[in-house]
Amino acid sequence: MAAHETVAAMNAVVTLDVALPGIVWPWLVTMNMWAKSIGTGVILLGFYLFKNYSAETKTMKLPITLISFIFLSLFLLFTLADLHQPFRMINIFLHPHWSSPITYGAWIASALMGVLSFMLYALYIKKDEELFDKLYTWAFVLSIPVTLYTAILMGMSTGRELWQTPVEFVQMVLAATLSGSAALLFFKSKFSYELTRDLAVVLFVSVTAAFIIYMGEYIFGPGKAEEVRMTLAYVQGGEYTVMFWIGQITAFIIPAVLTLLSVLNRTTNLLPLAAILALAGLWIVKHVWLMIPQLLPMS
Amino acid sequence: MKLGFLVDLNLCMGCKGCEIACKVENEVPLSSWRLRVKYVDVGTFPDTKRTYTPLRCNHCADAPCERICPVSALHYLDNGIVNVDKERCIGCAGCVMACPYGAIYIDPETNTADKCTYCAHRIAGGMMPSCVVACPVEANIFGDVADPSSNISKYIMEFQGNVQVRKPEKGTNPHHYYVGGGEVQLNPLASKRVEGFSLFNNITHLKHIGKGH
Repeated sequence: MAAHETVAAMNAVVTLDVALPGIVWPWLVTMNMWAKSIGTGVILLGFYLFKNYSAETKTMKLPITLISFIFLSLFLLFTLADLHQPFRMINIFLHPHWSSPITYGAWIASALMGVLSFMLYALYIKKDEELFDKLYTWAFVLSIPVTLYTAILMGMSTGRELWQTPVEFVQMVLAATLSGSAALLFFKSKFSYELTRDLAVVLFVSVTAAFIIYMGEYIFGPGKAEEVRMTLAYVQGGEYTVMFWIGQITAFIIPAVLTLLSVLNRTTNLLPLAAILALAGLWIVKHVWLMIPQLLPMS
Repeated sequence: MKLGFLVDLNLCMGCKGCEIACKVENEVPLSSWRLRVKYVDVGTFPDTKRTYTPLRCNHCADAPCERICPVSALHYLDNGIVNVDKERCIGCAGCVMACPYGAIYIDPETNTADKCTYCAHRIAGGMMPSCVVACPVEANIFGDVADPSSNISKYIMEFQGNVQVRKPEKGTNPHHYYVGGGEVQLNPLASKRVEGFSLFNNITHLKHIGKGH
């Protein structure tokens, strides 16, 4: 507890101060992270599908590349929209500062977009699947740092103790596998039962693991530091409590139950619903986690 | 040379002269502050006390804002000052998120990051920062912390054991020191901030920062 809560005689109250900044990174950043998860997630999951189910996923090369291209374009669009000086984005390439994860993110994401463009060219115009396959390996490799760099950025936000790089690394990977498997489940009519089941298992593991980590933070986080305790208070009875639980239930609990039932009963009818809920809920979960550390006064 | 600041909170009387001098010198827009003086009232009537704390950029030796800036808009000068290049800033607000002291803001007129620069332009001209000049009780002590004969070094030596920095646990190594500070002055979580009410205004949070946000 803070000093003013434990020592009544202190009763320290701010009586004159300037207005503090409100939310600095708004919903545009949530959109950025959400779209990025889908964009890299389908590439990561696609790699698994092409390796293990090459025959039946031949027709998925174009959809997977297109989905990734569209969502990574959205990711870059929202990144630009969030900048207060969007036309100066070029400075990241002209004056890069290599201690910043934003610099690495911008460069690697741009490279990934370039590779995806070549993949579309190889597939749609040149009709060269061999070239596509070679490029896909590069897309897969680049997708990993693009997925992870936001976690480093959040961890480097020294004032926001809730975000710690190792945990955020895991959450970013899980968000990508969740989004990738959920997005690909919409194509289940093209897949065999085994392939659909694999995607359902990935979705189940992703939502379950992410939920366990969030609950770990929720329950044990307050013991880590005063800042974390006060940040988590916003979802433990504070103004983001309802939104937090709507997110957890929509993104994790319901999809976990639906995917588990599907796998146990060897059915796939519930999977599109699980996928929609997981994707929609992920946005809410990410948004809450982005907002609450920004509510804490820094000075 | 490593320039540093020391505020003797025993001397500060909360006149806000430094705030105004900073605003005028640096043409800081309305609703934004490079330097501010926070009042915190402590105790229960009739045993109460009012504390005053000037808050500005700490010019950390290991500044998270400098590290996170993707275009080096925030950069070190040779004298240790963490300076801002507003022409280069892309307005990503990474520095605002990285600073554990809430010292950086997005200037609503230029849509770029801004903060206290210890009046780097005045220093370059051989002058003291405007807040130092304006202080009527010399509560702001400014100088070279690398020079043992400077005023600030002597002050630190004199008050050693009672010299504090804000949030030392963050490992940022601030070059901004306080003498006579307590938990309520230096830790923002040690005082209650009542929403929608403070002594002279009823705005506690800015609703937006910069154009389009």
